[in-house]
Order: sequence, then structure tokens, then C-alpha cells
Amino acid sequence: MDVLLILIDWFPYLLSGIATTLGLVLSALGLGLLLGLPMALGQVYGSRPVRWVIGIYVWFFRGLPILVLLFLFWFGIFPMLGLGALPAFAVGAVVLGLRGAAYQSQIFRGAVQSIGEGQMIAARSLGMSRLTAIRSVILPQAMRIALPGWSNEYPNILTDSAVCYAIGVAELLTITSRMVTQTHITMPIYLAAAGIFIILNYGGLKVLHGLEKRIAIPGFGSGAV
Amino acid sequence: MNNDIVLRVEDIHKSFGDNEVLRGVSFDVRRGETKVFIGPSGTGKSTLLRCINQLTPPDRGRVWLDGEEVTNSGARINYFRQKIGMVFQNFFLFDHLTALKNVELALLKVRGMGKAEAREKALNELRQVGMEDWADHYPAELSGGQAQRVSIARALAMDPDVILFDEPTSALDPELTREVLEVMKKLAGEGMTMLVVTHEMGFACSVANEVLFMENGVVAEQGTPDQLLHDPQYTRMKDFIGRIDSRLGD
Repeated sequence: MDVLLILIDWFPYLLSGIATTLGLVLSALGLGLLLGLPMALGQVYGSRPVRWVIGIYVWFFRGLPILVLLFLFWFGIFPMLGLGALPAFAVGAVVLGLRGAAYQSQIFRGAVQSIGEGQMIAARSLGMSRLTAIRSVILPQAMRIALPGWSNEYPNILTDSAVCYAIGVAELLTITSRMVTQTHITMPIYLAAAGIFIILNYGGLKVLHGLEKRIAIPGFGSGAV
Repeated sequence: MNNDIVLRVEDIHKSFGDNEVLRGVSFDVRRGETKVFIGPSGTGKSTLLRCINQLTPPDRGRVWLDGEEVTNSGARINYFRQKIGMVFQNFFLFDHLTALKNVELALLKVRGMGKAEAREKALNELRQVGMEDWADHYPAELSGGQAQRVSIARALAMDPDVILFDEPTSALDPELTREVLEVMKKLAGEGMTMLVVTHEMGFACSVANEVLFMENGVVAEQGTPDQLLHDPQYTRMKDFIGRIDSRLGD
């Protein structure tokens, strides 16, 4: 029962860890979406140099272990850019987001490319500009197709976010580790951390699946029976 | 029909690699006229239609709509495309939108029409093709014939000067073909200007003001349906029709 008492005692602290973890995940997902979607469009519709630059980006961020990326940015790139004063949380969120953008861009690229060319042809034949056609016809369909794959980014980033421990972001793993150091109780506290990760995972996916159902269209994409 | 030329097509050439699909096609279309293009597959009929609205820019030649040049028109092409409707073999309805929204979309996004007005106009166009009861259904819930009628309504909504029909019934069974052809017949009767690529000879003979027989990238023969059926000089077109008929076992 000691463990339970300790958990209750540390509860506010634990809660702040959960909030920080969720903050990391949501900022990273948001940044990844903000960058990943235009990158996908650039890769499908862009000129050769644009596609080339995006290709290099994706190759770089998918090619390095997350911890290596984190150290590169924390110790090297951000200080070099004069952003050495950036808090660890921001650095963690940005690195997770930049890396997520690389993955998300490929999810969206696949979805955009899966839309039959007839959709663009029909839109253009009505006098829509390419941009209007992309916005009003291609993206609404591509986003629906992308969502199941995109949902996968949530558990990915949630679990990856624990590496921010390495640069001292006060997220869930950092908090629980501090608890372990101070109480010398190991297994139960890490089990509690694991339990919390699993619950966060389950809850988030539940929301995303709900969203999938809400935007489903009869006979279309993931909405198909 | 009057003598007012709405569309002028002048010496259109188009190659894909070494394959010269169109080798100089010219014709004039008068307002209210229905021209039907027939001929063997691969003779450039569909490419010709796409060259008219620049979905496939021609290598050479010019297209004029109401006296304004459509070819080399830069960004103004989006204006001309509103005036040149197109109906496709595979419908190409927007899969994520209901029938009504399919018809509304370009009114809202291209014409900048208000929501209420666009809705009313879209419903009206759906009524024209007998699809108003299906306004809230998605493309996947429609039969091929219904989907094609919605796509005709979508083209009509822009108040086009001319509509290009690219094998509009080739993906449909005979029953559904009939319902689409009836809508097209009605439009022709109401004075819509139409260019139709089709293999439906019955439609060609009963609706066309002129039939153009294309072979090897040129218009090989052209004439009224009456000439085509009775004038002995139209040998190649007759041969072709004979081949289709014998294939169908008529």
C-alpha cells in the first residue's frame, strides 16, 4: 500500500508529467500536420527542385534515430541558430514535429496519389484553378483516406515523446524516474508509467476512430463497409 | 439553330510521342447544333474534345469560342472552361460530395455564387436531368446512368455555350444508356450546343445535325445523318457502321 500512497502523494506532479507529455504530442502532431501536408502536395504537384528538397528532408528525418536527432538539435543546431535559450520542451516538441512531418508527408502523399486523376480533370473542366481543385476536391478526399494511417502517428509520437527525458523535459517518464530515484521503488512506479501511457494511447485512438466514423462517406475510402 | 458560329476549331494537331493522334482537324459549330463524332477507337475523337477545352493542349491549331481565342489564353482558360462543359465516359463525379453538392461546387468556388442561390440553381439542374429526388445521395449510391445524369447537371450548371460529351454511355448497359441518351436528346431539343463522341448510331442518326467520321486523326467524311444513310458517296462511314452492326449481330 506504500506504493499507492506514494502515487497519491505525487499525484499532482504525475499529472503535470501527463500534461507535458500530451503537450509534446499535440504540438508535434500539429507541427507535423502543418508541415507534412504542404510537403505532400509539393511532392505530388511541385516542380522538380521542390520535390528534390522535400525528398532530402524526408530522407534526413526518417534516416536518423530519434535520440540522435534530439541531441543534434539540442546541443548543436538550435544553439548554432542562436536559439540555445529555447526551453527543452520546445526543442522536444519541434524535433518530434519535424520528424513527424517527414512521416506524415508520406501518409498524405500516398493518399493524394490514390485519388483518381479524373477528379482533377473534372474539376479543371469546370473552370477551377489547380489550387481550388486541390482545396475543394482533392484534399477533402485525401484527408479521409489518410486518416486511418495518420491515426498511427498518435501512438508513434506518444511513445517517442519519452525520449525527451534525455534532454530533461519534465514529461511522464522524467517525472516517474524522479519518483523512482527518490522513493527507491522501481517496478511499481514504472508499471504505473506504462499504465498511463497505455491509457493515453487508448483514449487518443478512440477519439481518432470516432473522427474517422464521423467524416466517413457512404461508399468512399475508409467509410466503405 | 441559326448561323451564329459559337465554336471554331482550326487545324488541330496533337501527338503523343511518335504517335500522331490528330493530324489537322477543323470544323465550325453553330449555336444549337449537335455534332456527333464516330469512328474506330484510337482515331483521336476523345483527344479532340480534350484539345478543345485545353485539358490536353494541342501541338498546333487554334480554338475559338464566341470569337475569342481559347488556345494560348493563359489563366483565362478557367473562364473558357466554364463556358465549355464536359461530360466524361466515367462520370468523374466528386466522390466525397452528394449529387447536389457536386452540381453546386463550381457555382460556389468558381462563380462565387451565394449558398442559397447556388443550391437553388443546382436543384434546378438536377430537375432538368430527372435527379432531384437523389440530391442528397453520394456518387457510390447512384447507378451509372444516374451518376452520368448528375454529371450532365454539373456541366449544365455553369450555363455553358457548348457541352462536350466524351463517350457518355460507353460505361453503361443498354438500359442505363437509354436514360442518359434521353436526357441528351432533350437537351439537344432545347437548343443546347453539343459535341458528342459516341458509338450510339441510333442517337447519331436521330439527334445529330451533322455526323463526322474520324479515321487516322482526320475527319474522313462528314454529312447529315440522312446523307450518311442514303448517299452512296459516304462509303467509309457506311463500312464502319456496317462493321459495328455486324459485330452486334444486327
